[in-house]
Amino acid sequence: MSEATVEEGRVFTASGGDWADIAEESLGEERIVVNMGPQHPSTHGVLRLILEIDGETVTEARCGIGYLHTGIEKNMEYRTWTQGVTFCTRMDYLTPLYQEAAYCLGVERLLGITDEVPERATVVRVLLMELNRIASHLVALATGGMEIGALTVMTVGFRAREQVLKLFELITGLRMNHAFIRPGGLAQDLPPGTIDSIRGAMPEIRRGIADIEKLANENPIVKARLVDIGYLDLTGCIALGMTGPILRSTGLPHDLRKTQPYCGYETYDFEVQTWDTCDAYGRLRIRINEMWESLKIVEQCLQRLSAMGPGPVMIADRKIAWPAQLAIGGDGMGNSLDHIKEIMGTSMEALIHHFKLVTEGFRVPPGQVYQAVESPRGELAVHLVSDGGTRPYRAHFRDPSFVNLQAVAVMCEGGLLADVIAAVASIDPVMGGVDR
Amino acid sequence: MSDKSEPKELKEAREAPLKAGGTPDVAPPLPEAKETPEGKTAADVAPGLPATTGLEAEVIGTRTGMFGQRDTGDTSGYGGLVRTVTMPAPATRPYGSWFDAAADTLGETLSGQGTRVDEAIESVVVDRDELTLNVRREHLVAVCAALRDEPDLRFELLSGVSGVHFPQEIGRELHAVYHLLSITHNRRVRLEVTAPDSDPHIPSVVSVYPTADWHERETWDFFGIIFDGHPALTRIQMPDDWPGHPQRKDYPLGGIPVEYKGAVIPPPDVRRSYS
Repeated sequence: MSEATVEEGRVFTASGGDWADIAEESLGEERIVVNMGPQHPSTHGVLRLILEIDGETVTEARCGIGYLHTGIEKNMEYRTWTQGVTFCTRMDYLTPLYQEAAYCLGVERLLGITDEVPERATVVRVLLMELNRIASHLVALATGGMEIGALTVMTVGFRAREQVLKLFELITGLRMNHAFIRPGGLAQDLPPGTIDSIRGAMPEIRRGIADIEKLANENPIVKARLVDIGYLDLTGCIALGMTGPILRSTGLPHDLRKTQPYCGYETYDFEVQTWDTCDAYGRLRIRINEMWESLKIVEQCLQRLSAMGPGPVMIADRKIAWPAQLAIGGDGMGNSLDHIKEIMGTSMEALIHHFKLVTEGFRVPPGQVYQAVESPRGELAVHLVSDGGTRPYRAHFRDPSFVNLQAVAVMCEGGLLADVIAAVASIDPVMGGVDR
Repeated sequence: MSDKSEPKELKEAREAPLKAGGTPDVAPPLPEAKETPEGKTAADVAPGLPATTGLEAEVIGTRTGMFGQRDTGDTSGYGGLVRTVTMPAPATRPYGSWFDAAADTLGETLSGQGTRVDEAIESVVVDRDELTLNVRREHLVAVCAALRDEPDLRFELLSGVSGVHFPQEIGRELHAVYHLLSITHNRRVRLEVTAPDSDPHIPSVVSVYPTADWHERETWDFFGIIFDGHPALTRIQMPDDWPGHPQRKDYPLGGIPVEYKGAVIPPPDVRRSYS
């Protein structure tokens, strides 16, 4: 057995004007493997694309991931079930409410309280998720546009997204990574004036989406860059486990909100958007159309909230419901004085419950559950295993970007280098979800 | 809700094995003498999965005391409470909704291929409206192919492969959990395969579901399960030369203690636990 030696690749130092000499004498028949990323403005985050190129044609493409891995799943095993929300929300940072919703729906199924979550909380969850879908698609289109050179699409998209982030800040307190959806309901009720603020922001959001449509839909350069790029037909999609806009661009109307509804989605009126060209252009059109559908759902949520009137946003079971009430005081947001008066002054049981729920957390009966939601990128699902304790025994997230990135090789090999950018942009991976 | 006499989750833990058709939550006997399916054919009408393999509910552990702390003196009396915690027990026929028909179809397909059904499928768990098939690892690829190709089953999409590490289950420490989705029939099923720490090999299903590629790489990376037949089983999230498998329960969480003046807050896995 010969001893193993570490072989470094040959290093060429090109000092200007001598590339032809180097190529002629040294490379010859050798393959050129080029790293695109992980630090690159166009690879959608810290994605390392290892491309073997022959001139401008990509002969082999592979993805290197893991640069954003922060051990979220393992960390969740050492926190209570409620604290887990604050971790999972940071996975796919453009769709935090979807991770929260998937996780909390999973915990509620493990607890068996799915039917006891108040209706107001469910409607607000749908409202927040659809607003998040709009924000996420705006980022996808904005960054995708920027990556192919349509810089105005980026500015328009992010300006429209600002409206959505302002709404999130009004409702949840944070622009991103809200940790607002909790097992059992929501962290807080909607602040007064929310419905009017959302209605007030709608024209601006509509204008932004309409502007993107006008800039991109029939643009000959966009069409030249995106039509027939990143082609993946239905067989390929199912084999590679694709879901979301990529699967719907093949014409299959698979949307978990319709097929396996959660959070009352079966009661909302919206259409599943498909396109039939299996290419990047189809995914662009699907994302824009899905934003219009999301606006319809947001309208329906607002009508329901107006009709519903005030109500609880946390389940009534005090052994599970998050005890702390927050209110804005003189120095910012903190525990409401009424709640403190109650737990410190009047009710010993309330104090005990508050203490035990915040420090220890509630216990979840043993078992496992798989809860999937339709995130903007595809099927986002969580596999939760409980050992009967106050902490998740295992929380594994099936992130759509992680699965969808497997298609990079299929989509890009044989194409041009510039088409790699367009194909990856149409997959719309978010590296936080890929790496977790 | 507020007039329940006991906490809801205790009630659930007690009732869950009953709902699944298993034994109630008392200390169950160890699974020593399993009754063979031949002895159960009278009850087992369909040529599918065995009615019961005789396995009792999986015991996770014993919880003593009502409250979290262990050291301070607890004079309430609740400190003497002893409860066994069990995972949902294997189910007996009928499983309910579409599970029976699917189990029958799967059983027929496997028998047609010459595989004994009770060899391929260890047990079936029906819990929280989900069907879980515990598959023996040697037959995993055959079961997956049957689930994918049979027209009545047609689980075309593999959602993901997830690893779970149970260090206390000697001989069955590493679990690989496969979630399948049937778009045609709009259903989900879960397959659970176990492997011991001493021989952490599970056949790869990439030949049946190509999407399992990265999922199996991730499960290898985090748990050390070696998927035989995988085209390129390398680390995917951790750096390529990382030693160890981070999401195993015997791997520390890591982290640098936070230092304050006169105090140190240790990383979360070594902090005081309230439960």
